[in-house]
Amino acid sequence: MVQLATSDHPDPAPAAAAGGFGKAIGNRLVIIVPYLWLFFFFLVPFLIVFKISLSTTAIAMPPYVPVFRLEEGLAGFLDSLGELTLDNYLWLTEDALYFNAYVSSITIAAVSTLITLAVGFPIAYGMARAPAALRPTLLMLVILPFWTSFLIRVYAWIGILKPEGLLNQFLIWLGVIDTPLLILNTNTAIYIGIVYSYLPFMVLPLYAALEKMDYSLVEAAQDLGCPPISAFWKITFPLALPGVVAGSMLVFIPAMGEFVIPDLLGGSQTLMIGKTLWNEFFNNRDWPVSSAVAVILLLLLVVPIMLFQQAQARSLEKDR
Amino acid sequence: MKSLGSIRRSFAPWTDPAARPYIAFENITKRFGDFVAVDDLSLRIYEREFFALLGASGCGKSTLLRMLAGFEEPTSGRILLDGQDLRGIPPYRRPVNMMFQSYALFPHMSVEQNIAFGLKQDGMPKAQIAERVAEMLKLVKLEQFARRKPHQLSGGQRQRVALARSVAKRPKVLLLDEPLGALDKKLREETQFELMDLQQNLGLTFVVVTHDQEEAMTMADRIAILDKGRVMQVATPAEIYEAPSSRFVAGFVGTVNLLEGSVMSRDGASLRIKGASGAEIRVENVPDDVSSGEVAFAIRPEKIKVSPRRPAEGTANVMEGEIFDLAYLGDMTVYHVRLADGQVVKASALNSARVSEDQLTWSDKAWISFAPDAGVVLTR
Amino acid sequence: MNTTWSRFNIVSIVLGFAFLYIPIVLLIVFSFNESRLVTVWAGFSTKWYGELFRNQGLIDAAWVTARVAFISATVATVLGTMAALALTRYTRFRGRVLFSGMVFAPLVMPEVITGLSLLLLFVAIGLDRGFLTVTLAHITFSMCFVAVVVQSRLISFDRSLEEAAMDLGATPVKTFFAITLPVILPAIVSGWMLAFTLSLDDLVIASFASGPGATTLPMKIYSQVRLGVTPEINAACTILIAIVAVGVLIASVVNKSREVQRQRDEQAAQRH
Repeated sequence: MVQLATSDHPDPAPAAAAGGFGKAIGNRLVIIVPYLWLFFFFLVPFLIVFKISLSTTAIAMPPYVPVFRLEEGLAGFLDSLGELTLDNYLWLTEDALYFNAYVSSITIAAVSTLITLAVGFPIAYGMARAPAALRPTLLMLVILPFWTSFLIRVYAWIGILKPEGLLNQFLIWLGVIDTPLLILNTNTAIYIGIVYSYLPFMVLPLYAALEKMDYSLVEAAQDLGCPPISAFWKITFPLALPGVVAGSMLVFIPAMGEFVIPDLLGGSQTLMIGKTLWNEFFNNRDWPVSSAVAVILLLLLVVPIMLFQQAQARSLEKDR
Repeated sequence: MKSLGSIRRSFAPWTDPAARPYIAFENITKRFGDFVAVDDLSLRIYEREFFALLGASGCGKSTLLRMLAGFEEPTSGRILLDGQDLRGIPPYRRPVNMMFQSYALFPHMSVEQNIAFGLKQDGMPKAQIAERVAEMLKLVKLEQFARRKPHQLSGGQRQRVALARSVAKRPKVLLLDEPLGALDKKLREETQFELMDLQQNLGLTFVVVTHDQEEAMTMADRIAILDKGRVMQVATPAEIYEAPSSRFVAGFVGTVNLLEGSVMSRDGASLRIKGASGAEIRVENVPDDVSSGEVAFAIRPEKIKVSPRRPAEGTANVMEGEIFDLAYLGDMTVYHVRLADGQVVKASALNSARVSEDQLTWSDKAWISFAPDAGVVLTR
Repeated sequence: MNTTWSRFNIVSIVLGFAFLYIPIVLLIVFSFNESRLVTVWAGFSTKWYGELFRNQGLIDAAWVTARVAFISATVATVLGTMAALALTRYTRFRGRVLFSGMVFAPLVMPEVITGLSLLLLFVAIGLDRGFLTVTLAHITFSMCFVAVVVQSRLISFDRSLEEAAMDLGATPVKTFFAITLPVILPAIVSGWMLAFTLSLDDLVIASFASGPGATTLPMKIYSQVRLGVTPEINAACTILIAIVAVGVLIASVVNKSREVQRQRDEQAAQRH
């Protein structure tokens, strides 16, 4: 039988009271542990990247002149502030290589996002219109490639796109072409690689948006005299827009910094910023410049990342 | 309300000024940010009472219940349970249990385990738990479902498991949040009576939150009508229906006609009121404090008589009108009669004969009449 | 949507799935090719799988990867679940905006940046690159994916279950372990699987964060792919695909049958 706490304590600390279940130390740990982890392994590394991007290259290990020397105290710190330099950033503006790499990354990412959208929309639409019993299977089939290694999926295309590869063999056998097409080591191969690798990222949010949509809306529009194509643009597409935004950002953002696809499918003349960063770091061992490259890349991605997070936050709010 | 004394049941501790309330809300206010959910509210609930908190959604009734359970703390004021201030006592140490609107059955536990959960928390010996669980299963007639998981039960069975789980600990007070809300109409009616029997047999105090006036009227000893965080009236179901204290309560419970007017004269307990169109009505059993000003006469449709002919001379409170609309409901017919001043009055008549000679139909001329004590005078 | 499936819908789905699956199917088919030339079919053979098992470097890398994936997925699941709880249960605490930013940003962060920044951290604090650093790196980015998976489950979690437990006398801690954790367990398990696969697949971050002696399988495959396409790599890839596919299929079949059983139970319950 339950007993009331004795009334000798007319006003026990309201700590354990309702609403404030989270006052216990155990519950605070839930916030503090992941917070500290992410702070130390995610945020601090960025500050270091930023710091190193402002320091001078040196031929040493690590190959940069340290910016802060704790043992020299405040004076040393002030001195070292004087040593901070924008040289690495100036270097990025002087060498056309970097500028071209950024521009070409944006172009490639944007174009392949549009292609992925064009390819993904009919798939997502077809899935949403599929019989309800079939939908979970179709959904799983879209997700399944995502679980298989990215590297493997990109690698699979090398064998297909090579001059003596399967695609060319097939086209020659069909009689469409006589001489093999040169696709591998071109930007076309990169487009194919990005569209292929990121297609599930586009299809899933689109499907989520379209599946929720009530198809009787389209029927109502047609009933009111709107032809099917027009109904698509006036009803279906606007309602799928949150999915379009989320999907596009999910393709565009990682495509901007992509390394594996341009490295394996693109040619030596292909410029993409992820690859440039990698080469700068691993081949030229110029850590300050690669840090500067990373900082600029991050700045370019701030807007799309914010767009994406806003869309996410809004959809989470709606689900509540 | 002396005239209604005979309606009351013998159980009426609230009429005894010396009786000690079992649960007392004293000047409770609860704010969520700027929103005032409960506004300086006081209520007294007595032991073994079946008490209903009735109101529309957002009226503060659920907040009140959650404060009693300990999920919310009042911003100000205090709640006493059996004389003990509940402030600061977490929900898991309060001797009250709650039956949740969603039932909140633990999906990963069987019916047995759900019922045993609270007993285990108290460290009750295993054998005793088993005994109590068996007793509870028998009480709600779910003996053969002990091993089932909640999703293997129908809605009505889930409701009974939730009930068994919440009474298993023999709480001092059982709180029920819309206990029948998720059931269909037929099941709801059956379950109402089961709940009442259970409350009688266990001798518990029940506080039930509901938005369904019929449910509250059927089950409760007393009902508190809430609006915007305030108590509008606390009374027995019969008093609430027959003697509402305000226009809001009259309109909230059942259908009512409000005839607005101003007091012309008072003679003893009877009053003459002049309506907007100049028609005059005479009413009796008027509270002592009403002798002038604007008032409303509230009268239920079943207390108004409709006839196709002018009633005999000398009949009190006769008004002429026209049948504006009517609805045949089988057991009765509801007439909407438009009076000369444009007001539409609802009147219902039992269809006690299969074929009536003078049937009224749309646009027919009709007379309504009612006795002087058929309704109540409201000033609020 | 419940109306008919038009021909256009069917064609787009068939073409779409063909595009998604043909490259993988071809990769698997050519892992059984007799010839060393990957693109010319010369008869069925499993000899490349034999080669694979004699390639000690590849086997070592696979063992490293498996250990990294297991440890990092487990730690990431604990941390990610905590982060998800923090985000859904505590709507206001100091630095919540920064915290949610740090949870969501790694999901979309280009891997080269994450990898570079972690490497620079490890160098700055003088941590030798190897097994430990790869594991730390993988925990960091995969805990965010776990957090998102668990968070979406927590959002739909019926809080009255916890209130009911407390109403019946369970303390908050007891409530968490007796009610909350068991109910969200499926989401935590899929979070773990996701974290495991992410770690298994990762090339870029591992390349930055790893050092000598801790070469992961993707790093090994990558270095061989750069030298050219070989049936041996196809065989290695096929095995990886098979492992993941079997895992995902088992998980979804289990889910599906549980779902079917549940629906049957519910229908049966309604008949009573």
